[in-house]
Amino acid sequence: MSQDDENNAYWSANVRLIMINLAIWALVSFGFGIVLRPLLSGISVGGTDLGFWFAQQGSILVFLALIFFYAWRMNKLDQEHGVDEE
Amino acid sequence: MDQFTLNLLFVGASFALYIGIAVWARAGSTAEFYAAGRGVHPVTNGMATAADWMSAASFISMAGLIAFTGYDNSSFLMGWTGGYVLLALLLAPYLRKFGKFTVSEFIGDRFYSKSARMVAVICLLVASITYVIGQMQGVGIAFGRFLEIDAFWGLLIGSCVVFAYAVFGGMKGVTYTQVAQYCVLITAYTIPAVFISLQLTGNPIPALGLFGEHTASGEPLLAKLDQIVTDLGFAEYTAAHGSTINMVLFTLSLMIGTAGLPHVIMRFFTVPKVSDARWSAGWTLVFIALLYLTAPAVGAMARLNISELMWPNGTDGEAVSVQQIETDPEYAWMETWQKTGLLGWEDKNGDGKIQYYNDANADLQAKAEANGWAGNELTNFNRDILVLANPEIASLPGWVIGLVAAGGLAAALSTAAGLLLAISSAVSHDLLKGQLTPNMSEKSELLAARISMAAAIVVAVILGLNPPGFAAQTVALAFGLAAASIFPALMMGIFSTRINNYGAVAGMLAGLVVTLLYIFLHKGWFFIPDTNSFTDADPLLGPIKSTSFGAIGAAVNFLVAYVVAGMTKETPQEIKDLVQSVRIPRGSGAAVEGH
Repeated sequence: MSQDDENNAYWSANVRLIMINLAIWALVSFGFGIVLRPLLSGISVGGTDLGFWFAQQGSILVFLALIFFYAWRMNKLDQEHGVDEE
Repeated sequence: MDQFTLNLLFVGASFALYIGIAVWARAGSTAEFYAAGRGVHPVTNGMATAADWMSAASFISMAGLIAFTGYDNSSFLMGWTGGYVLLALLLAPYLRKFGKFTVSEFIGDRFYSKSARMVAVICLLVASITYVIGQMQGVGIAFGRFLEIDAFWGLLIGSCVVFAYAVFGGMKGVTYTQVAQYCVLITAYTIPAVFISLQLTGNPIPALGLFGEHTASGEPLLAKLDQIVTDLGFAEYTAAHGSTINMVLFTLSLMIGTAGLPHVIMRFFTVPKVSDARWSAGWTLVFIALLYLTAPAVGAMARLNISELMWPNGTDGEAVSVQQIETDPEYAWMETWQKTGLLGWEDKNGDGKIQYYNDANADLQAKAEANGWAGNELTNFNRDILVLANPEIASLPGWVIGLVAAGGLAAALSTAAGLLLAISSAVSHDLLKGQLTPNMSEKSELLAARISMAAAIVVAVILGLNPPGFAAQTVALAFGLAAASIFPALMMGIFSTRINNYGAVAGMLAGLVVTLLYIFLHKGWFFIPDTNSFTDADPLLGPIKSTSFGAIGAAVNFLVAYVVAGMTKETPQEIKDLVQSVRIPRGSGAAVEGH
């Protein structure tokens, strides 16, 4: 593969990874925290329901995991496609 | 030692520390002034960015807004953290690879147009100045409290301190000072929360205490809180009351706005490598999360404490008496805060007691009639005082109160300094050196930077005299403006080669103008009271409040940019090559100064 093809493959792998991460990002905040909260009302957490926990704490913890996962995965992708910083 | 001296001691000591560091690391050249020579480790950078980012809105204001509204204000928590995911995935690494100093430089180069750069500068100035207004509100309240004067004088004194402080150094001074400020503010936020969590739930970790058991009643803390507030006629704490659409849009506006704020993005130019920019966003969120996971606990526990103080014999018993407020040391905080004009009570029915309840609630109106109450007698409780008053409300030792005063000021100052730096670099670097007088010397550039800082403070103080809401709400408006203007242009610049100069300029202008209009229609023109045509209680567009409009402004920006770009000339090849190179980490050198 030429470096140009390599670069394009790298970019589509990156975009795919971003899409997956953003889907989870939206699911925990807008989903579990707000719109889907009624669906989670059966699961009780400390005097309230799981949706409340996601809105006030859970989504923040998931955001953290997403960013670190992305950074780790991208650094590997950089190397696999030979585009890392020398 | 009395409380006043103790406050002065803590605030004075923390200031001496910051100024000491700023003098020690004083900026020498323009490059150092803007970007600290790029020698900043991701963890250090993360901590400094966290201090820069967490402002009076996060520290002083947010928990108070959550305390009095409950679940509905969870938007602040999700919005102001979720933006870092966007920043880490969509912007930070690419802007670092691009390797210039300011956001508008990227927009100017990517859209090969001086007008694009100018429009970006204008968007940035509008968002940053609105943001500074919110900070000045926080500074005013903190100074008002610890000097025990009216919040108006607190604002004037505070603005002088902010100015003196911000002109001292550039970002290098600011980076290390902000690390110190982070340490002060997180300690100040956490310690009282730990004490209060122990008092109420026996759990030393406030974030866990929130979902723990209320020791005194044996019920879950949140269930107890729900019961007390509904007894007093207020909306149930954990339930949703507002419009779902508005909550989604508000959260989204705060998220996009976070990723579009120039003073936060600038910090990612200062890390050595592209991969560090990704890690740096993660570390920033770690340090922010330490406060944000505690904040909902602070809000809920303070609400419980206040309700119990006002009804010491339970919600079915007698209310607190005026005499008790005046003599009992447990209520001394009420007397102190009354001096700032931000807390007030009035014995309307003359029964010597202060009844605190929701007098707009029908059930409570019936109860009030039966008991001879004449309306809610805790007549004024400014949301922004809650965090600062919290240790006093919980009767914590004097040194904790002093520490919190120092922490609140650290939060407001660090952000105000970062914003002023972004404003001054926009004026001196982008506007003057980039456009009007390209040949100006480094020395006059620094001078221009400082003059524009002074001008920005004056404007913020004048507009801050009649703030459009509580500090966090004012700041939320600034986020809406950043969301509608800067973020879409940056994202399209990286992820699409189709968007050309015309598209970007039209998009940014459309997003900014439509959002600014919507805000002014609801909050008054230039925030001047009584010039508004609508209110947020009854907004122009269905349930969409002015604080939530940024997400719609951003959508308008994207749409206009695509339509205009589709109708005009294609992006030239060399710009497409630039976009390709920004996408690939390899070859990221040190940043160069661009004009």
